[in-house]
Amino acid sequence: MSGGNGGSTQGSGSPGLSAVDRFALLPQEMEDGGGSWLEISMGPQHPSTHGVFRMDVVLEGETVVKLKPVFGYLHRNHEKIAEGTSYLSSMPYTDRLDYFCSLTNNWAYALAVETLVGLQVPERAEYLRVITAELTRLQNHTCLAGFLMQDMGASGTPLMYGFREREFILDLFESLTGARMMCNYMRFGGCRCDTPAGWLDQVRTVVTDYPQFLDEFENLLTGNEILMSRTQGVGVLTKELAVNASISGPCLRAAGVDYDLRKVDGYGIYPRFPFRVPLGDHGDTYDRYMLRILEMRESLKILEQALKEIPEGPVIDPKAKLRGFRPKPGEAYGRIEGPKGELGFYLISDGGANPYRYRVRPPSLINLTVLEDLCLGHNVADTVIILGSIDIVLGEVDR
Amino acid sequence: MLGVGILKGLAETGRNFVGSYFDPKRMVTVEYPEQRLPLKENSRQFPFLVFDGDEAAIGLRCVACQICEKECPPQCIYIEKSKDKKPDHLGKPQYYPAVFDIDTSVCMSCQICVEVCPFDAIKMDNQYELSTTDRFGGLLLNRDQLTKPNGYFQTLHPTDASEIDTRREEERVKAAAKARADAEAKAASAAKPKVAATGTTTVNNAPGVAS
Repeated sequence: MSGGNGGSTQGSGSPGLSAVDRFALLPQEMEDGGGSWLEISMGPQHPSTHGVFRMDVVLEGETVVKLKPVFGYLHRNHEKIAEGTSYLSSMPYTDRLDYFCSLTNNWAYALAVETLVGLQVPERAEYLRVITAELTRLQNHTCLAGFLMQDMGASGTPLMYGFREREFILDLFESLTGARMMCNYMRFGGCRCDTPAGWLDQVRTVVTDYPQFLDEFENLLTGNEILMSRTQGVGVLTKELAVNASISGPCLRAAGVDYDLRKVDGYGIYPRFPFRVPLGDHGDTYDRYMLRILEMRESLKILEQALKEIPEGPVIDPKAKLRGFRPKPGEAYGRIEGPKGELGFYLISDGGANPYRYRVRPPSLINLTVLEDLCLGHNVADTVIILGSIDIVLGEVDR
Repeated sequence: MLGVGILKGLAETGRNFVGSYFDPKRMVTVEYPEQRLPLKENSRQFPFLVFDGDEAAIGLRCVACQICEKECPPQCIYIEKSKDKKPDHLGKPQYYPAVFDIDTSVCMSCQICVEVCPFDAIKMDNQYELSTTDRFGGLLLNRDQLTKPNGYFQTLHPTDASEIDTRREEERVKAAAKARADAEAKAASAAKPKVAATGTTTVNNAPGVAS
């Protein structure tokens, strides 16, 4: 019976299996549990699921014995749309993948196209990319920490403090790109426009003030006994599992694997910046939280240096074309270290105005694959925290 | 000692609470309908069509080339070209949009149309209070609702607008000078049929420079 979960068995003698994704358990397995198992469906409308995401959880008492993530509620056909529109027109759609980090999404896509075409990015644009990407990382991690606390039951306070700080960064994005979240700022071969007058000074103010906020935030949370007892030893991701499941980003580094694409690939101008890659010891939820705080501090160092060194000059390669953009046939993969992990865009061009194949490697989706392994044996309330600490955005999971 | 972390956190909350009354850095809430933040120059909501002068029908910059319609990612623009032509700011006869609709319920404010427009005809508005009681007709803006004077664009994006105006003025002066030169050359060639060859070369070059 156990193989029947994947096949369509509607009306073919296996009652209860008709909808493939409806239940985590087969009736037979339910009986194996001796009748003490309870299957509950968390989501898709649930405050803890960070969007329209559903977890089918099988419990024995309070303990999770089986967990099945069900996603696809937010599927918007991103890849197919991109194959039907021009290269440029896909750029604003990438904003909507991970709607917290539109600038890093833009960068990954621009990087893929630049690899495909062989465009050179001017110096100033490279610095602007680093600055905007690190600001994005700051605001993403701030929000994540806030949401994690929200999931833990600290309703409001840390999240609102995080949002307050994030708003300063979003203001910067708005005055630079015109939109708070859907920035649509990067173009193939550079950035769309130069900074408005005084923008860099505003960034400097935010960057100087941010450490104070981080200290406050850590005072509020890091030593908190409730937080420690809820997160330490919960949802341990081992090194081996993380590597085998191709986990990337903070989750991977919290498991102790030193792998940061900013160091490994050295894309853009990251090799110029000295920064450390924080690593976790235990791979539990507390490590994942702590690692993000440490990463923010490293991001601030990168920002400080980038703001000091940013040169004057053009922001876009003069060879770059907006209209009638037709790359030569070929394929390219561009990847960056997004705030959530390795974000990659794989493109195949057949010489036309649209990509022949367009594929996104979303960090959220791939990090989500270990959810069951992390949750097994923990309480049902811990699944919420573990999910929060993985840091998913459903726009990117479902695309 | 157990509880110290919690107490430290509570002290932080207290500091923030008190600060929300006295510290300008923590007084961040804006009571929206009564108070409003000044909009950023770059901020964008939905596109509109710019026209020069006082009369929208005469000064409309759009020449119905339909590039924005083609490039628009969510395909929210619908254009129908006119049958006749009207002169643009250079005096060249151009088509104009007989129909120009933007469905703002589909538009995602990405600004691609603005970037691809070679005529500086479509620009981003920053009007954000757009709720209507009619969700179909009310959100589908037609040409007359979309056209706005250049003066309005000047108030929204002063830097951008003045740059465009200078460029267009230069183009216009150049085109006028060229038209005058052409007319003179024509008159000269009519008077002296022998020198016509030089006159024609200038005319041949003209469209390439002007376009």
